[in-house]
Amino acid sequence: MSERLGEAFTSLRTDNRAALVAFITAGDPTIDDTGAVLDALVEGGADIIELGMPFTDPMADGPSIQEANLRALGKGTTTADIFAIAEGFRSRHANVPLVLMGYANPMVRRGAQWFADQCAETGVDGVICVDIPAEEDGALGPALRDAGIDVIRLATPTTDEARLPAVLEGASGFLYYVSVAGITGKQQAAQASIAAAVSALKAKTDLPVAVGFGVRTPEQAADIARVADGVVVGSAIVELVGKHGADAPQPVRDYVKSLSDAIRSARNS
Amino acid sequence: MTNHSPAPNSYRTQPDESGHFGDYGGRYVAETLMPLILDLEKEYRAAKQDPAFKAEFDDLLEHYVGRPSPLYYAERLTELMRQNADEGMGAEIWFKRDELNHTGAHKINNCIGQILLAKRMGKTRIIAETGAGQHGVATATVAARFGLPCVVYMGARDMERQQPNVFRMKLLGAEVIGVESGARTLKDAMNEALRDWVANVDDTFYIIGTAAGPHPYPELVRDFQSVIGTEARAQLMERTGKLPDLLVAAIGGGSNALGLFHPFLDDKIVEMMGVEAAGTGLDKKHAASLTGGSPGILHGNKTYLLQDEDGQIAEAHSISAGLDYPGIGPEHSWLKETERVMYTSVTDDEALDAFQLLCRAEGIIPALEPSHALAVTIAEAPKRKRDAIILMNLCGRGDKDIFTVAEALGVEM
Repeated sequence: MSERLGEAFTSLRTDNRAALVAFITAGDPTIDDTGAVLDALVEGGADIIELGMPFTDPMADGPSIQEANLRALGKGTTTADIFAIAEGFRSRHANVPLVLMGYANPMVRRGAQWFADQCAETGVDGVICVDIPAEEDGALGPALRDAGIDVIRLATPTTDEARLPAVLEGASGFLYYVSVAGITGKQQAAQASIAAAVSALKAKTDLPVAVGFGVRTPEQAADIARVADGVVVGSAIVELVGKHGADAPQPVRDYVKSLSDAIRSARNS
Repeated sequence: MTNHSPAPNSYRTQPDESGHFGDYGGRYVAETLMPLILDLEKEYRAAKQDPAFKAEFDDLLEHYVGRPSPLYYAERLTELMRQNADEGMGAEIWFKRDELNHTGAHKINNCIGQILLAKRMGKTRIIAETGAGQHGVATATVAARFGLPCVVYMGARDMERQQPNVFRMKLLGAEVIGVESGARTLKDAMNEALRDWVANVDDTFYIIGTAAGPHPYPELVRDFQSVIGTEARAQLMERTGKLPDLLVAAIGGGSNALGLFHPFLDDKIVEMMGVEAAGTGLDKKHAASLTGGSPGILHGNKTYLLQDEDGQIAEAHSISAGLDYPGIGPEHSWLKETERVMYTSVTDDEALDAFQLLCRAEGIIPALEPSHALAVTIAEAPKRKRDAIILMNLCGRGDKDIFTVAEALGVEM
């Protein structure tokens, strides 16, 4: 596991609380303003940052993140800009884990090795690729692992017991449990099914399990924080960026703080 | 990016067990879909071994679709091309007439196969994407035939230029959902269909319209469409005692071309040409992924794509909505690199000229998609000897395109 992700989860375990994993899209609202939104996430209490790589065809995403992708690409965001944003973040936040999340094509375009080297050079700790399942790991996984970058895999309600070992093979950092079969930003799964799924996953892996898709309210976040090692929130934050543009940092900070407060007190209440 | 590894012993044994055609193909999908496509692969393997499945498929193709489709010697067109040819030159032009199928194109062959798979898997809801609307119509048709609800995703721009097909789908009981994202064409419809599928994996079968997408789709679509080439090979042998010298087919995703080519791939003397849409020109707006693109990953497979240096997908353009897609089936990427098939492209204007020529020379109104193949066919015929045979897949009829053609020709209707 990358050093920063490892240390983050160790310290969270000591504090007996779950991680708040916060997602925004790189280049949204603009390339220059992304850094301030990232800072707002950290100031609001996010423990791990997921930086979305915009793509023309985000087929696993709902309308909120689709629009964020279009806004970012509309501002001319390039892969070089994304790594510059990552590098800037790392220079301001030495210890906050940063994970890139996106689709395969922009990641492999210049070769997996190039991408892995860029991640290592700019302080990226892990990569989540939506459309490279375990079966196609060779397209990107080996290069990332060689560069010391975590390959963060997704498990879903359709990932059955027979398949789970394949998903876990080569996975590191944490396991991202997608709580609903569907696209981002839509409905949330029932708490009981999340609890059961997380406990089934934790029986098979020592990796921390973070739960995402459809998490919007502090109450939902707290419920998940009681059973999982991390809570991922994306669409709700991205919607604030879409609504407030360059003025997004303040409302983003306030919203993330409401989530963070709920998560921090979840296991005490 | 030409691969100079030695030619394989057979070109007909792809894909490998993990769904790869050489470097291409594969299963690049979200984890939610992985168990489903593994299940589909298992079901397809079982269906292939099941004589009852094949019997039902063959029966529907014969009595519902109207197969075998005729093999037609285009005598007047052949003579017309010979007028401009040198002495002793001017190949015979033959058409495999899949435009005479029920619903007017080759698309129905594949839909019959996939709905039988859906039934076998106990799925109760059908979804599809469509570009020109031919695949949407074919899917709506088989869904009606089997009494299953059907949702078709179609780019809003394509809906505007293919109104008759939108109405056809509605008549057949399908719900047509206009897709407003991106360029509002085929690729955006495919994104939306994938979003639907991932949210409805339990009950929904996605009938993909071309030989692309995650494994096993490229393989099974090719297999269902191979009835075209299998019939054509037998028909031509019976009529002439010869194999064709050249096969020509249009390529969007590439299913009609693979359907024609695949049964001939190991006949070394048979040349093959795939014709992509060059739009307004390869240096302008086009849909020629193989001729003007580079390898990448989209919609479940690794294949040639139109993309920029950062891997963002470019908008395709063609006057033919059915060719207007920035990718191509992965088997074509492999056939290009092994050099078994030659790929070329034809502009909107060249396709329009060929379209009009066929109407008058043979009394056949072709779809704009095979009009691209026709432009190459009539260019090749005068260059080849009189006893040579060019066999072109006339994969769709042009009724759906008359408004587009009228507009392009500046005719008020």
